[in-house]
Amino acid sequence: MNELSVLFEGVGKKYRHFSLEEIHLELPTGSIMGFIGANGAGKSTTIRILMGLVHQDAGKVRVLGHSMPADQAAAKLDIGFVSEDLRLYGAATLAWHMDFMRPIYPRWDQRYAESLLRRFDLKPKQMIRGLSHGQRVKAALLLALARRPRLLVLDEPTTGLDPVARQEVLEELMAVLADEERTILFSSHNTLDVEQISDRITFIDRGRIIDSDDKEVFLDRWRRLRLLLPPEVDLPKLPGIVQVGGSGRLPVLTTNTFEPAMLSACAQMGATVQAVDTMTLEEIFVANVHSRREGQPA
Amino acid sequence: MHSDFVISLSDGRPMYLQIMEQVKQRVAVGEWAPAEEIPSIRQLAMTLRVSVITVKRAYLELEREGVILTQQGKGSIVAPNPELGPRLYDEEFQGHIDQAARLGALLGLTGDEISRRAREAAQLLSLARPTKETV
Repeated sequence: MNELSVLFEGVGKKYRHFSLEEIHLELPTGSIMGFIGANGAGKSTTIRILMGLVHQDAGKVRVLGHSMPADQAAAKLDIGFVSEDLRLYGAATLAWHMDFMRPIYPRWDQRYAESLLRRFDLKPKQMIRGLSHGQRVKAALLLALARRPRLLVLDEPTTGLDPVARQEVLEELMAVLADEERTILFSSHNTLDVEQISDRITFIDRGRIIDSDDKEVFLDRWRRLRLLLPPEVDLPKLPGIVQVGGSGRLPVLTTNTFEPAMLSACAQMGATVQAVDTMTLEEIFVANVHSRREGQPA
Repeated sequence: MHSDFVISLSDGRPMYLQIMEQVKQRVAVGEWAPAEEIPSIRQLAMTLRVSVITVKRAYLELEREGVILTQQGKGSIVAPNPELGPRLYDEEFQGHIDQAARLGALLGLTGDEISRRAREAAQLLSLARPTKETV
């Protein structure tokens, strides 16, 4: 479990209107990382660099022990990649695609592919162009999963799926992790999916990684404190507060380094702690983005 | 097999706490007997479709509380301590009482009022008690 399937060190890429800077990423083998960012934050660029499709200007990228982009041909045999633009041939059937991939990938598992057909409720003889968006995503995922890759890289796999299809997809992703040697990186702006199945979470905003940690650490560290202040008492200054909201006597503090000692500190300063709320990953993400953006103009 | 665990995303409590609670319930009612083998972390994560790290966290805390034992490479078992069940419920009960007292204080209730309300709740329950078998 201590091996890394993906390692980014100080990776950068400059475009005219956008740049990716100082990207550091570590993805241990056997885990799932959820990669969260708003549209245009740099998720897809990072994933393209990981795949060797875009060459970084600076920094080192290692994927499954291969240096990217130099060794991308070798690395790609072991990576299953599904992106939003799903490169499937519209004029061919899913069965055609399966027959096409089988001889290319030595670990292709035909029985697994057929069981996925049933579980994803897909018809192999149907033309790709006749499939709905959800069916296309599931078809692309089937083709990636049946290769039994050591690393699955999924760019927005659940975007635009209906709830049933989403659960089917998440279920298959979890099933992949039954094998401790397999690793998944998936990007999403749906924090609910990420919160459910990810071991590690990385937030990206404006081309920079703003936070990356175990999911449980995020959920543990972030809290919202709702206080009641006596009249004419100023809000206590506490370390680790990233946001202050609410109104004058009823402030709401958001912290990213919660510990119970904070509550007694509030009480000592005359404030009553009315509630300590846990936060969802979505709230954590939004608060994180806002607090960082306040510090630095766009 | 273990899909009778129900993890709620709208519950508000962290998922690892929900998993801990449901493991404890199974141990408390004797469905998972002392020293019996329980699902591995990965197995349970897959069945519940939650991340491995969440289940790992729940198992770590359960081990710390003495509910289960995990042996490296051998999986986990229920701790061989027969006193476990009642003690678990007692701890949970105390937790709820503490919470009720705290909320009562927020509402400005006196100690007497809080205990009166608790008594009323107990009376209501004994009136309308269809034996609950929803575990």
